[in-house]
Amino acid sequence: MWTEGHGWFLGDDIDTDQIMPTRYLAHSTAEDLAPFALSGNDTSWAATIKPGDVLIAGKNFGCGSSREHAPLGLKGLGIQCVVAQSFSRIFYRNAVNIGLALLTIPKAIPVQPQGSTAWIDFPNGLLSFDAGVTTYVGVPPAPIVLEILAHGGLMPMVASRA
Amino acid sequence: MKQTITEKIIAQHAGRDFVQPGDLVDVSVDQTWSDDLGAPITLGLLKTHGIPAVFDTTRVFVTSMVNAPARSIETAEALKVTRDLCRAYDVPLFEMGSAAIHNSLGIERGVTLPGELIVGGNSHSCMAGALGCYATGMGSTDIAAILATGRTWLEVPRTIRYRYTGNLRPWVTGKDLILHTIGQIGVAGADNAAMEFVGDPISALEVEQRLSMSNMAIEAGGQNAICEPDDKTLAYVTPLAARPFTPVYGDPGAAIFEEIVIDISNLEPVVAAPFLPSNTGSWRDVRGLSLDQVYIGSCTNGWISDLRAAAAILKGRKVAENLRVIVIPSTTEVHKQAIEEGLAQIFLDAGAAFSMPTCGPCIGAQAGVLAAGERCLSTSNRNFPGRQGSVQSETYLCNPVIAAASAVKGVIASPDEL
Ligand code: SF4
Repeated sequence: MWTEGHGWFLGDDIDTDQIMPTRYLAHSTAEDLAPFALSGNDTSWAATIKPGDVLIAGKNFGCGSSREHAPLGLKGLGIQCVVAQSFSRIFYRNAVNIGLALLTIPKAIPVQPQGSTAWIDFPNGLLSFDAGVTTYVGVPPAPIVLEILAHGGLMPMVASRA
Repeated sequence: MKQTITEKIIAQHAGRDFVQPGDLVDVSVDQTWSDDLGAPITLGLLKTHGIPAVFDTTRVFVTSMVNAPARSIETAEALKVTRDLCRAYDVPLFEMGSAAIHNSLGIERGVTLPGELIVGGNSHSCMAGALGCYATGMGSTDIAAILATGRTWLEVPRTIRYRYTGNLRPWVTGKDLILHTIGQIGVAGADNAAMEFVGDPISALEVEQRLSMSNMAIEAGGQNAICEPDDKTLAYVTPLAARPFTPVYGDPGAAIFEEIVIDISNLEPVVAAPFLPSNTGSWRDVRGLSLDQVYIGSCTNGWISDLRAAAAILKGRKVAENLRVIVIPSTTEVHKQAIEEGLAQIFLDAGAAFSMPTCGPCIGAQAGVLAAGERCLSTSNRNFPGRQGSVQSETYLCNPVIAAASAVKGVIASPDEL
């Protein structure tokens, strides 16, 4: 099933200091962090991005510091999915653990104008800019990732087994 | 079936005879830690999810080191949350008079030992790997799950072996080897693999310089970095060890993904220019560049041996006018030792600031945050935009001797120019 939102494009190697600068790390909830999300890249992102929007980045998204405040801030903005050619391992785990959807599409995606409509079919790992006529196919997540997402995050899964 | 050192350690902790790259395995964790940024989330999650206790209070500790000592009312509140949660869960907390950077403290307290499986709550937890353990970093929720269960899941990494050849030239350190490597392969070049460092130059390096190398595996995108323990390793860890340990060695002839040979015969001290740790070149490429601040410290280069190397250059000299020079030891033990050995006196006589253990300017939280347009030469590990302050500031990364020489000259310089 396709869900649509505005697509916002970012480059390669967007590190977590850019996604959530150090000076906001005294906050620790998605709600409190949201206004500062991506402010190390451009301070206007938090006002631009609306719930349901899609971030589309290049290689190595989320590299650097392990701060979970980075995916928390993006989740707080209501981003439906972050698409990237590749994610850093720690950012990927952190996002899955808090229930933020990520889609890896290794092939470079042609950059569209900022704010173009992007369609996501997360269960099937698909991205499109024309309502599904042309699709970009992502890598299916590992079974453990699907299991964590099915529980709504890692801690609910751990608590359910305790 | 032959296995690499990383595969063997993971297999042992998964209760299996062998594992292969790509396997998803459930493993026991020997040691974990968190800090004042992560602990409010990690321990807060235990509370939210009704987890009554951590799996083993001897296998976790917390350090307040980024925003401590509190620098604002907001950070004071966050530090209080950390303190209250540590007390509630009986987790040892190191702050103020016992302050330290966790990556360094784990090694100093002998709880990151050869053959062990370590998962710390920060990306540079990979540092301990140079002692011959599997060490990696994870985020706050992963650490919470470890505290609840004593276990985590891993994807077994393929091994890329970095074989260094040639002799180390003067002033070339472990930091230069890793910066050069990152420059060669890129910030995602290790692609979540196990980075295995081998070769004569690695054997020639003292343990703390190998630790500076494994520290920055994350800047190459490695999952972990590892050196096989040798006599130097065992001499270093044995007096520190808090529990018995059994070194693990890879099987000769075990399959690896790739071997990359790096000849360092002509390598000079390396500087990484903004805004990526892979943006490297010889210090000569940036020779004479003016500086506003020099920082000697961080988990990468805040060891006693780093302070000794910097002090040897600063001894009897003065730091340049209009330059702020900040020296910060990585642990309280290093701090004390620097005072005992007279290094603190040398720094102060030279006109540098010598401060208590914190992350300091490394992460741009306190003790040397940069204004727009300022430039810092730093022995830390990251130079991303805004890492040390304003997004319009610049961070150059280098080893402690280049930092000390540059502190004297006021511009990027080598000790040979003094
Ligand atoms: S010194 Fe820098 S890299 Fe090391 S733990 Fe502190 S903030 Fe992280």
